[in-house]
Amino acid sequence: MSTSVKDASIPTIPFKARFSRWFGRNLLRIYMVFGFTYLFIPVAYTFAFSFNDAGKSNLIWKGFTLGNWQNPCGAPQICNALGNSIKIGALATLFSTILGTMIAFAIGRYKFKGRSTSNLLIFLPMATPEIVLGASLLSLFLVFKINPGFWPTVIAHVMFCVSFVVVTVKARIASLDPRLEQAAMDLYANERETFKRVTLPLVAPGIAGAALLAFSLSFDDFIITNFNSGTLITFPKFVYVAAARGIPAQANVIGSSMFFLALAIVIAGQLVHRRRSR
Amino acid sequence: MAIDPIDARGDLRLTRITKSYGDFKAVDDLSLTIPEGSFFALLGPSGCGKTTTLRMVAGLEEPTVGSIHLGDTDITTTRAYQRPINTVFQNYALFPHLTIFENIAFGLRRRGVKDVKEQVEKVLSLVELPHLAQRKPTQLSGGQQQRIALARAIVNRPALLLLDEPLGALDLKLRRQMQIELKWIQREVGLTFVHVTHDQEEAMTMADTIAVMNEGKIEQMGTPADLYDDPETAFVANFLGQSNLIKGKIEGRDGDNLVIDLFGQKISMPSARSHAVDNTLYAGIRPEKFRISRTGSTLRGNILSGGRIEDVSYIGVSTQYVVAMPWGQELMVFEQNDDGVPPFNKGEEVVISWEPNFTFALRGDEDVEAGTEVNPEEIQE
Repeated sequence: MSTSVKDASIPTIPFKARFSRWFGRNLLRIYMVFGFTYLFIPVAYTFAFSFNDAGKSNLIWKGFTLGNWQNPCGAPQICNALGNSIKIGALATLFSTILGTMIAFAIGRYKFKGRSTSNLLIFLPMATPEIVLGASLLSLFLVFKINPGFWPTVIAHVMFCVSFVVVTVKARIASLDPRLEQAAMDLYANERETFKRVTLPLVAPGIAGAALLAFSLSFDDFIITNFNSGTLITFPKFVYVAAARGIPAQANVIGSSMFFLALAIVIAGQLVHRRRSR
Repeated sequence: MAIDPIDARGDLRLTRITKSYGDFKAVDDLSLTIPEGSFFALLGPSGCGKTTTLRMVAGLEEPTVGSIHLGDTDITTTRAYQRPINTVFQNYALFPHLTIFENIAFGLRRRGVKDVKEQVEKVLSLVELPHLAQRKPTQLSGGQQQRIALARAIVNRPALLLLDEPLGALDLKLRRQMQIELKWIQREVGLTFVHVTHDQEEAMTMADTIAVMNEGKIEQMGTPADLYDDPETAFVANFLGQSNLIKGKIEGRDGDNLVIDLFGQKISMPSARSHAVDNTLYAGIRPEKFRISRTGSTLRGNILSGGRIEDVSYIGVSTQYVVAMPWGQELMVFEQNDDGVPPFNKGEEVVISWEPNFTFALRGDEDVEAGTEVNPEEIQE
């Protein structure tokens, strides 16, 4: 075939020009590779060292083992701390998602006196330094003679998660075409049915995203928790205390598991979304 | 929970409706009767209040003043979901999370209808899309979505079907096809259709009766032919097609005809077609009613001499001329290219003539520019 034969009459492009063209076209990709490498090195490190036959201190690679994964509760107190964090996270997620969704609907859908003020105030906990929030919450609890512990921690977490839920759900509500609800009303659905059949299903992805965000914020929180949990051990507190004498490899196991769980949820969400909109 | 829409049928009557937003009156003291079974169009430029009127009929807005009756039932304050009225929304508003089947079944299910499957299948074959029942709205083309929106409304067999610029998002060819199809479906199902549009051609193709709206009021109402042949205001004359409006004075009467002076030249027209209130008027003639002849030809009917061809545009079926008259006005003339007469050239001296019965007359104090500045094709609400 003539196309496979090199034709001397076709001018060749010099290597330098070809390279700069290739480079220009792939610059974004190269940048992306560096970016993701930077982001994922810590995760990869954590994952790799979860297989370290570490003993007490998990700082130096001492050999491969599956022991940590087979016995994640091996380190003293670690699963107790994890259980507390999950319980607090679940409760904080539940309450903050319900409250935050209702606030988001109120601000996103209705006009009332003080709407723009509420809108502004909702951002305040996000902007306030956690150390200030934690300290003032503790003094507030003590004024009301409530001892630090499990429930004060849940209340504190709900408080800072609500803002994030409101912002996330509100964005979803804002992108909702009001004509869809009008169409439902036009098709014999009263207010309650319209909410149940049209509004809620369409806002649901935003609510689910907000719930995930709330859980990870709560699970992760150290500063506010440290002030308000008293003697209760949560997972971040455990890691913080353990860091003084060497973090056990089981912490890496739990950290990696959380990462893969989150990844799985995100991928599953994408798949469901793709199937739904297909 | 099943909703029972109120059981009302009959003519739709709007009585002295006003809708104000602050100081602005979107609809201003409007009264209108839409007969049962008709295909009715509300035609007007963007912002004339036609969509607001439609939303008040649907129950999505409440009038500030006035009442709405369906047959003998007052529905002014009835909620949208209680009215036996359904809407085909602009951009369709199909529920993106539901299948086509469930979209169409939505109204039936809310009313607790028994044979949902059967009825949905029937209406899907009426709009010729039975194979799409299990798809999602985003998988459909614009034309298909339009038909599903229509199916979702007519499956409920409402007393009144409202169409809000239903063809606005479609391209020209598809729009023409859907115009014919909509009209066919209206006859087939026998429902009252109220159609809101800014496209005069669309209104004229489909509707039995058109109400032309401007600034919250109805300018004129009638059949497409009535509106085109005998417009009562400059707005209607200019918004529906093009018009030549020439200032003149009534000189006298000759039986059923008026004798009119147009810048020194006498013409006549039937007095029944004059909407003048005193002896000043604008004589109106549609561009295709004019005939152009060379100076010196023997002509009958109304004649205006002293014209000069200013511009010639050949469009295939017709040729469009701009003729400059001695008093400085330029007239539009459309000539059919059907008689083999060679077209006139730029600069030629010509005479314009027309059949007196084709003349209409507007009040002398009209704004002759009303309705011309709106180009319906460009409006996107």
